[in-house]
Amino acid sequence: METVELVDRPDLAIAIKDLRKSFDGREFVLNGMTLEIPKGKITVLIGYSGTGKSVLLKHILGLLKPTSGSIQILGQEITKMNMAELTKLRNRFGMLFQYAALFDDMTALENVIFPLKEHRRDLTKAKMIEIARARLKESGLDEKHYSKQPSEMSGGMRKRVGLARALALDPEILVYDEPTTGLDPVLTEMVDNLIVSTHNLRQGTTSVVVSHDLFAAFRIADHVVMLDSGRVLLHGSPQDFLDSDIDLVKRFVAKGVRKELQVHAGSARSVE
Amino acid sequence: MIARDKFNRAFDGVFLWLAVKFRTFIIEVGELAQFGLQGYRLFFTKPFRWPELLIHMEFIGNKSLGIIVMSGLFTGMALAYQIYLGFKLVNAVSLVGPTVGMGITRELGPVLTGLIVAARAGGAMAARLGSMRVTEQIDALEVMGVNPMQYLVSPRLFAAVIVMPLLTGVFDFAAMFGCWLVCIKLLGMDEAAFFDRTYLWLEPYHIFEGLFKAAVFGVFFSIICTHRGYLTKGGAEGVGAATNRGVVLSMVMVIASDFFLTNLINMFYNVFGMNNWK
Repeated sequence: METVELVDRPDLAIAIKDLRKSFDGREFVLNGMTLEIPKGKITVLIGYSGTGKSVLLKHILGLLKPTSGSIQILGQEITKMNMAELTKLRNRFGMLFQYAALFDDMTALENVIFPLKEHRRDLTKAKMIEIARARLKESGLDEKHYSKQPSEMSGGMRKRVGLARALALDPEILVYDEPTTGLDPVLTEMVDNLIVSTHNLRQGTTSVVVSHDLFAAFRIADHVVMLDSGRVLLHGSPQDFLDSDIDLVKRFVAKGVRKELQVHAGSARSVE
Repeated sequence: MIARDKFNRAFDGVFLWLAVKFRTFIIEVGELAQFGLQGYRLFFTKPFRWPELLIHMEFIGNKSLGIIVMSGLFTGMALAYQIYLGFKLVNAVSLVGPTVGMGITRELGPVLTGLIVAARAGGAMAARLGSMRVTEQIDALEVMGVNPMQYLVSPRLFAAVIVMPLLTGVFDFAAMFGCWLVCIKLLGMDEAAFFDRTYLWLEPYHIFEGLFKAAVFGVFFSIICTHRGYLTKGGAEGVGAATNRGVVLSMVMVIASDFFLTNLINMFYNVFGMNNWK
């Protein structure tokens, strides 16, 4: 596998250079992607469906190996890592999945304790419970729900537990995969606020949000990255995004505005 | 000439189809073997998963006890009655006990236990892992730095191998109890003759043969069902398909491998002079 050496940059949490990925050897899902995600900021990756957002995310997490190119996470090249090294690095990640991916045979509290049991065997059981309760509180879950199973929780509650679980090991990089997909506007705003408040509470934490929700991106992002055909189409501030002359970006913004108006009209009707 | 061309094309087509099927079969067997070996190997790497092993042993073993006891009891009763009817014709009813004993301990015990546990526990394994796959719980484990193969698959594989012989022992005992009920309490046979003939003909290695087969069936169904569940694709439909394929393939494997195991064990008996059928 061909790799490209990156210049060591301590200000970057994630540095990707010429990343290419093909599953069948013919079509490239990621086609020479180069991307730099700074430390301590919220970066939102947006794009149409099928532009390679999820594949990129799986590469960042080390779940997929690239066909060629380089991925540096916190200064470490992950494309050459073995499983043990990857496992060690993943402890520095926290991830909130699209539907929270809570373990359905565990309660909310047990879900948050799980990563501590796996990686902090030096802690006593009482200390693990104390940390888990603190994380659940930080995520805004009411104490009366701590002993509930995921099947007894609403979508919003599950997201809170998922976030608490992601925070359990005090990660340096927090990854959110489509955190607001399928949620109503009120819950969407709640999750966005949760992302921002968590980020503000944990100074220095890098947040990477994969989303196709344009307005959520503008609400929370320090940087917006738009992907198209396996490449970065635009990387800048939300204002850069709005001011862009790129046709595809303009169309994305226009469609996003129309969709947002429809959602608001719908929710207004349901309130009436 | 045209007819011959058509025949040749059809002939080639059949061979091509067979070749593709054979290739797919070989690849699948290779994948299963690799998956199973990895699962067993990971069990011996740190962190050891003893609590998970006990949980799965309890699930496969304890929760199957009821159905195993009932199945064993009625199988033993039915077999005893059928054999009694046949042996009565040749005035050999005193041999009903050892005949049922050998049939149960060497064949029916492990095979029926294998089929029952593959359907109950194997299906549950495939469905559980499949639903964890489609709801991203397996991805979540991986992202958390937990090896999902080691956490989810390895304890299930070992639990099946340990518990299957134990369940077969329970099945054998229940079946022999059923046989005793029919022979002594229902048909009024002589109890002393029943036990004397059974002790005379039924050897401990007949029982061990069945227990060994059961362990092998445990290896097969647990690898097949966890493999199907672990690599589930799609949503709820994918989980259903994985469970269905896992259970069906496991059951076929139990029955088919029984024939080969029986022959293999018989060869072993011949080599070591243990075969009392000569």
